[in-house]
Amino acid sequence: MLLAQSRFWLPPDISTHGSSVDQLINVTHWFMGVLFVGWGAFFVYCLVRFRARPGHAADPRPIPAKTSKYAEIGVAIFEAVLLIGFSMPAWAQVKYQFPAEDKALTVRMTAEQFAWNFHYSGADGVWGRTDPKLIDPGNPIGLDLADPHSADDVVTVNNLHIPVHQPIIVQLSSKDVIHSFWIPVLRVKQDVIPGMSIPVWFEARETGEYDISCAQLCGNNHYKMRGRVMIKPADEFAKWLESEKVSRPLQPADQEFEL
Amino acid sequence: MSADAIPYTVKPHPVTGVPNPKFGIWLFLASEVMLFGALFSSYVLLRVTADSWPHGYDAGRLNWKLAALNTIVLITSSVTMVMAWASLMLHDLRKGRIYLLLTFLLAGVFLVVKYFEYGAKFEHHIYPATDPFFAVYFTLTGLHGLHVVGGMIAIGYLMGPGARLWRTDPEHYANRVECTGLYWHFVDLVWIFLFPMLYLI
Amino acid sequence: MSAAAAHAPHDHASPHGHAPSFWRHYVFSVDHKVIGVQYAITGLIFLFVGFCLMMVMRWQLAYPGQPVPLIGKLLASDWLGAAITDKQTGVLLPEGYNAFGAMHGTIMVFMAIVPLVVGGFGNFVVPLQIGAPDMAFPRLNMLSYWCYLPGGLLMSASFFLPGGAAQSGWTSYAPLAVISPGQTVWLFSMVLLITSSLLGSINFIVTIVQLRARGLTFMRLPFFVWAQFVTGFLLLLAFPPLEAAAVMQLMDRLAGTSFFMPEGLVISGKLAEWTGGGSPLLWQHLFWFLAHPEVYVLILPAMGIVAEVIANNTRKPLWGYRSMVYSAIFLGFMSFVVWAHHMFMTGMGTKLSAFFQTTTMIISIPSVIILTALVISLWGGSIRFNAPMLFATAFLPMFAIGGLTGLPLALTTSDIHLHDTYYVIGHFHYVVAPGTIFGIFAGIYYWYPKVTGRMMNETLGKIHFWPTFLCMNGIFLPMLFQGLVGLSRRTYDATVYEAGQLVQGMHVGISWAAWTLAVAQIPFIINFFISLRSGRKVAENPWEATTLEWAAPSPPPHGNFVTEPVVYRDPYDYSPPGRSIDFLPQNKPQEA
Repeated sequence: MLLAQSRFWLPPDISTHGSSVDQLINVTHWFMGVLFVGWGAFFVYCLVRFRARPGHAADPRPIPAKTSKYAEIGVAIFEAVLLIGFSMPAWAQVKYQFPAEDKALTVRMTAEQFAWNFHYSGADGVWGRTDPKLIDPGNPIGLDLADPHSADDVVTVNNLHIPVHQPIIVQLSSKDVIHSFWIPVLRVKQDVIPGMSIPVWFEARETGEYDISCAQLCGNNHYKMRGRVMIKPADEFAKWLESEKVSRPLQPADQEFEL
Repeated sequence: MSADAIPYTVKPHPVTGVPNPKFGIWLFLASEVMLFGALFSSYVLLRVTADSWPHGYDAGRLNWKLAALNTIVLITSSVTMVMAWASLMLHDLRKGRIYLLLTFLLAGVFLVVKYFEYGAKFEHHIYPATDPFFAVYFTLTGLHGLHVVGGMIAIGYLMGPGARLWRTDPEHYANRVECTGLYWHFVDLVWIFLFPMLYLI
Repeated sequence: MSAAAAHAPHDHASPHGHAPSFWRHYVFSVDHKVIGVQYAITGLIFLFVGFCLMMVMRWQLAYPGQPVPLIGKLLASDWLGAAITDKQTGVLLPEGYNAFGAMHGTIMVFMAIVPLVVGGFGNFVVPLQIGAPDMAFPRLNMLSYWCYLPGGLLMSASFFLPGGAAQSGWTSYAPLAVISPGQTVWLFSMVLLITSSLLGSINFIVTIVQLRARGLTFMRLPFFVWAQFVTGFLLLLAFPPLEAAAVMQLMDRLAGTSFFMPEGLVISGKLAEWTGGGSPLLWQHLFWFLAHPEVYVLILPAMGIVAEVIANNTRKPLWGYRSMVYSAIFLGFMSFVVWAHHMFMTGMGTKLSAFFQTTTMIISIPSVIILTALVISLWGGSIRFNAPMLFATAFLPMFAIGGLTGLPLALTTSDIHLHDTYYVIGHFHYVVAPGTIFGIFAGIYYWYPKVTGRMMNETLGKIHFWPTFLCMNGIFLPMLFQGLVGLSRRTYDATVYEAGQLVQGMHVGISWAAWTLAVAQIPFIINFFISLRSGRKVAENPWEATTLEWAAPSPPPHGNFVTEPVVYRDPYDYSPPGRSIDFLPQNKPQEA
């Protein structure tokens, strides 16, 4: 289900933390608007009132600075409020208030040119061993099938299936270049840097299917590095995790297999 | 005023106390500090975040003894550079040129030692690509070496064709030697940081 | 002091006293005015080239998958190092789009704007405004130009070399840039361009400190000179880390080192050859350490030009000159400690992000002060709306939009949504396009009579201004909304995404505004060339201005001033109180 999307402003927010992002954007833009309109009005007034015309000479005496000084101080104070009152606490929440691992579903994501590979640990909660040397077109993350923990793992390409109303942790890494994992409706964006494993968390409040975009130039097909997040009711998700099976080798994009 | 006379090309400015070229060379050195500073900072970052990083003096790594020799060579060359300038201030062009020649030769010795150092590495199939330690080593010492070459070109010029300026404008010539000296001391100073940071820790 | 009595311009005195050859006079000149014109002409040509690249990209953006008209098949040719368009269809290819995008940014920043505002305007005007006969190091000045031109030509040649031009953004992030074609030439070109700027910056700083005329104290300097002075320090100190980074990226590409390459990379299914141990983030830190001060290099000289034009055309002194000067200096310092606001999404924690958010918020204050001072300068004036003034006044609200849209980007939490979207493109283009480029236009109309001795045509100037102003907004305002809706930048085809489909219509409007903008430049180009021959001839001070360049002949001879000017007053002594005259030039002694 696609929620109504604005053509001019923010997409719908179906995350639990996104309201702080939206609030900051909206408040900041109101502030920007007030400044621009106020200051712009003064500007236009000056252009009109002080245009050169016969009988109108310039007045070189400097006008006193008080109003502009107070305005400047007011601007600085408001900026400080935005920073300390809004942005910093919200950022701390995003960065540090990770859900408890026993309550959250953790998925590993390995990005590559030009796909998102998701790796679920399955019922045993342990991810099977991966090895770059085992990577081939049918095995994008190099999963070692000999490892017993791999038996219940699920690997999907470009489709992130998650349950609604449950915190999700995604461990992000990349095989090749810097990508950036962005789900606009969940207000989640995190650069994916090769050599690093960076976690993000979010929780969806609504079901549906939405875009995942790559938000960092990663090569010629950067523009089509589109994924989909499929948010399902918890029981449907559990069923999916249990049952999906297709035969190997993995076909490019939008295929899923369970090992 | 004459169209060609740029003031303070030779005489010092009454407020700053320096002629234009001396001011200019100090600014240039500030930019060089940023250049080598960026490289040193990168080295620090790579080393601190690495799981492991060898010591420069470990077996199979760097020859600190040769580098210590090179350090003495460079410091001596800075001394001879100052002596060159001092001789010119005492109006002795001949001595000045001799000291410039000594500086040039010592710089040459530095480069020859480096040639053997690098050669030994290549013989053992050790290249910049071998690992981050050697990437840092070759890049930092290589860039420094290029700066030594640049200095040699300037000194060579001043020793040779550039010395003609002494006849018409000795103060101007002495200033040029002084500015080149400032640059040379900087090159020496970079090495004094490079040597312990690469070879001794 | 009238320079009309000056004897005919006398040429550079070679020891034998005869006129220099064509080559010494026009090509390898050491005269700052000739070098300034060289920089300006070369910069304008590259500005045009950079614009043309974007106009081709705008076709694909507006009509994805449609063959590029007229030149579609041409850009697929074998005479290019790599095909830009598809040979069969003439459609712009994704790799061609990325190459044009990377080169558009690179050319505009390093080969067009900076050479224009610093190399062009700075070189020509600064020695004149401080009453000097030339720059402190005329030969170094010439060398700077002759590092810039080969660097620019090499960069341009990359389209024709195997592999084609760079295609990893002007930002050249590793590992992508290390494994992508075209990057080696980009890096070597950057070394040349950086060297040019470094040498130039030394010249500017020494000239401004050492060669000011008698009586010209620092606080009597025109704001334009202050802007160039601070810019000189930014170039001097910020560029070297990028030079170091360029060397390291070259080493990664050519010598197989792993400065920026972590271990275990698998590229297109194959294990990569680098041993690893490097950090992609290291490149970003080094790059942005330059590139942030670089954006102040892009804007400060333009603010300087705007200040000069506004003071002159309001016929009163600038309001808050001291505040503007202190703000420019403070801005210069702060610009070195904000760089990682470009890296908020890299995994930055709370402490580091708190530092950079705070410094970024703080740096907005001097910008606001300068802008506000310029606006308040209009109060009480007698404003003449000639062509330079139209562009100078329009600069103010345009720069305001650019600056204000920086706020949600400066805050990490809002940056989560806006980072790497079209909002960023809108933000920075407002600052450099209807910002700096308007400053450049103002400067061209304003100083053209000084350079050539003739005025540009006023009517053509107005015809140039209005469509340009409207089109600039037509291009960049919708981008802010495209970003808010959720469209990523550097996206060859927006319709791949749901958000992109919602704003694809805006792409069409933007593209037509861009092509109209191109057409709107025709009156300017015609004006520029025709006025060389048939513009109204003027003496030294057609604008009735106060600063020293207007005391020299138009154009000034070699050596600029017949006798060294002496400065008696502040730079903007317009409508002096209690006097019946309109302005007092800086070098006019106080009458008894």
